[in-house]
Amino acid sequence: MPQIGSFTLLLGLALSVYAFAAGLFAIVRDDDRLSETARRAGIAVFLAVTAASGILVYAAFHNDFSVAYILHHSNRALPGAYKFAALWSGQEGSLLFWCWLLAIYGLVLRLRHRVDTRLVAYASVILSAVQIFFLILVNFAAHPFALVTGAVPADGNGLNPLLQYPEMVIHPPMLYLGYVGMTVPFCFALAALIMKYPGEKWIHITRRWTMVGWLFLTCGIFLGSYWAYRVLGWGGWWGWDPVENASLLPWLTGTAFLHSVMMQEKRGMMKVWNMWLIFSTFLLAIFGTFLTRSGVVSSVHAFAESDIGPYFVYFLALTFATCMFFYVRNRSHLESEHKLESLISRESSFLFNNVLLLVSAFAVLWGTLFPVLSEWVTGHKVTVGPPFFNKVNIPIALFLLLLTAVGPLLAWRKTSTESLRKNFLIPAVIAVVFGVALMAMGYVKPWVDMSYFYSLMTIMLSVLVAATIGSEFIRGGLVIARHNDSNVFHGMYLLTRRNTRRYGGYIVHLGVIVTMIGFAGVAFYQNSEQELGFGDKMAIGPYTLVCRSYTQDDKPNYSSEWAILDIYKGGKQITTMYPEQRFYKASGQPATIVANRSTIMEDLYLVYTGKNPENGRPIIKAHLNPLVWWIWAGAHFILVGTIIALVPNMQTKRKKLAPGGQARAPADIPAESPVEAGGD
Amino acid sequence: MKIARKMIHRWAAALLLASALLLMGAASDAGGQGQRFDRLGHNLMCQCGCGQVLLECNHVGCSTSEQMRKEMKLAMARGDSDQVILAGFVGKYGPTVLSAPTTTGFNRVAWIMPVVIFVAALGAVMLVVRAWKKRNPPSGPTNSGGQPPEELDEFRRRAREETAL
Repeated sequence: MPQIGSFTLLLGLALSVYAFAAGLFAIVRDDDRLSETARRAGIAVFLAVTAASGILVYAAFHNDFSVAYILHHSNRALPGAYKFAALWSGQEGSLLFWCWLLAIYGLVLRLRHRVDTRLVAYASVILSAVQIFFLILVNFAAHPFALVTGAVPADGNGLNPLLQYPEMVIHPPMLYLGYVGMTVPFCFALAALIMKYPGEKWIHITRRWTMVGWLFLTCGIFLGSYWAYRVLGWGGWWGWDPVENASLLPWLTGTAFLHSVMMQEKRGMMKVWNMWLIFSTFLLAIFGTFLTRSGVVSSVHAFAESDIGPYFVYFLALTFATCMFFYVRNRSHLESEHKLESLISRESSFLFNNVLLLVSAFAVLWGTLFPVLSEWVTGHKVTVGPPFFNKVNIPIALFLLLLTAVGPLLAWRKTSTESLRKNFLIPAVIAVVFGVALMAMGYVKPWVDMSYFYSLMTIMLSVLVAATIGSEFIRGGLVIARHNDSNVFHGMYLLTRRNTRRYGGYIVHLGVIVTMIGFAGVAFYQNSEQELGFGDKMAIGPYTLVCRSYTQDDKPNYSSEWAILDIYKGGKQITTMYPEQRFYKASGQPATIVANRSTIMEDLYLVYTGKNPENGRPIIKAHLNPLVWWIWAGAHFILVGTIIALVPNMQTKRKKLAPGGQARAPADIPAESPVEAGGD
Repeated sequence: MKIARKMIHRWAAALLLASALLLMGAASDAGGQGQRFDRLGHNLMCQCGCGQVLLECNHVGCSTSEQMRKEMKLAMARGDSDQVILAGFVGKYGPTVLSAPTTTGFNRVAWIMPVVIFVAALGAVMLVVRAWKKRNPPSGPTNSGGQPPEELDEFRRRAREETAL
């Protein structure tokens, strides 16, 4: 089987080369038949790479330890789901997985070629070029079907224990779908630039593809955070690790694009900016992959150091040079149709939003690479950890929250300060009253610590955003309810259906503020560590932990030991929790299984950290993490909001919108749209 | 009347800014011993190879983080200042034990650059917008008619009412 796997990979490469070359010739010679063969070759790439991926998974399920990758990432006792997850658990397999996802995106793109045959033909050629790069990697630099030299061992080394969790079965595919998904908008954007695509259709197509990639990336980031929280056992969900940062970089630029693209659609502005945002998002996705696989920066999540780094450097350089070449050659095509007229306008709010997102992306990139730069300049390596990233990014995030609150209140082109004041006054008063109430009730004391101050600001700004978004929904809902003689909730439902993008976007913003409220809870975090023998007690916040017993178990894949802890609150037992420690036999590594009791107010998070080597008494570490539940709730809002924004608008009888669901605001009329027609 | 209102707004804004700065100033210094341990522990990296902040090392039964925490508690009990404690750790484990760059020497660049980029980007946006406004008088009947923005808001309000479903 490994030989067949190797052959399918080579076949995939050959087909990709054909799809690229034939597609290119077809464009140059304007040959439709040749173009069709290139398209079909692109579809066949999917079949070849699917077969290769299937064969690797088959090898994992059949314990074929003659394949080095399976030997190093699986073992006989590994449960089936993790054998499947072994596909993306190592360097070679994850690159193959990348190829496969790219082939899936390529398949969808090529099957939907009728959306614009010529544009798709260009995009397909670019996508084939990217596919060739990744297939070269898996064929020649990180071969997943490499065979073991010498005698084949009877059992494998097993999967890293930290990866043996249900979240790890879904987190990497989501993240990869996000990373790889950014290739498609890149292909469309570059194609539109190369062919000087007339009109704005390409930007509608690109925006939708970007939203799909962004959605997966967002889910991947949140699932990664959830995995870190539930599995790593340090009580946090984001450690500003280089690998985490790598996923944040394209997310930030992608978010910036999803906002500024509205200026291009509505006003024909920011074309150069948007083009480069898409290019940057793709380049950063590749750069992130390079960071995690080259060993340039050290990370707890990184793959084993390998020699594939230079391949990525060449690919990045070539991609950047290609983008720059076509930009310089065709930049006249990207001239803005209108100029920004006022600082108090929807356009300027998007502009400042973009600036903040890009400064944040720069700060993250800068902090991630600074250790390398410092070593290069001074000869000494330094650590750039959470304190740096928090200090730099929290103020930016607060500014962004403020813009999120103000943005919906601004009209396109210009808004009078009087109008802004009128719309902003009530939400601002609500936010200030809420903040004062929190201080008066003693929940937040911003004068005690800087983190409390930031928390208070976050909560107040979140309330401000919620109030402005709420007023948008209620105002629009009331207008429709009045006309339809229905209630305001039905009105809001119809409002959302009629402008899914705008109101879906607002729901995403609601998700962001719910998540931010969760982040604000960090300031009130408590922890405690104690040796707990039978009957011993430990207090943390309002909880008392009483150790009832310890017990052990043995399974084919691991042996384990549990603590059985009764949890009391206000003198009453509320639950029993079981923090666990495992010892994985194949890899010989220990791991902890966190016991977590999550409520809307706080998480009681217990870790069985081990035994005191001096007296053998078990040690329990307890964390009280306020508001964590809100982070995951916010993620759900973001997911739902993005899906709503992707759904086409419900057409009203009165007016039909332009393709893409949005009508460009004409230059010669006041551009604030009627409530029911929306506009972003 | 208008001038007086403007003055009140300016004073209110100044007062708000001053309160925020005072809060921030006060916030940065305070905190008890527990918070001090937490703050210091987050300024140091565990040296066991986990690549995590000292108080967040998740290695099962990690003896290195345990030892480092003991050293920190001991130094705090001795009455050492934060600087002395951190310098002691740097002396023993090297500069990578600090979880963030210091504000001395080349490390200053780490802190300065994001601020420089932030200010430069904001400044550039303001300049570009101003330049656009000066070079291109806004087109279309919106402004060629010379209506002030307040009047436009009124038109928009009416348009909303009249075009509502």
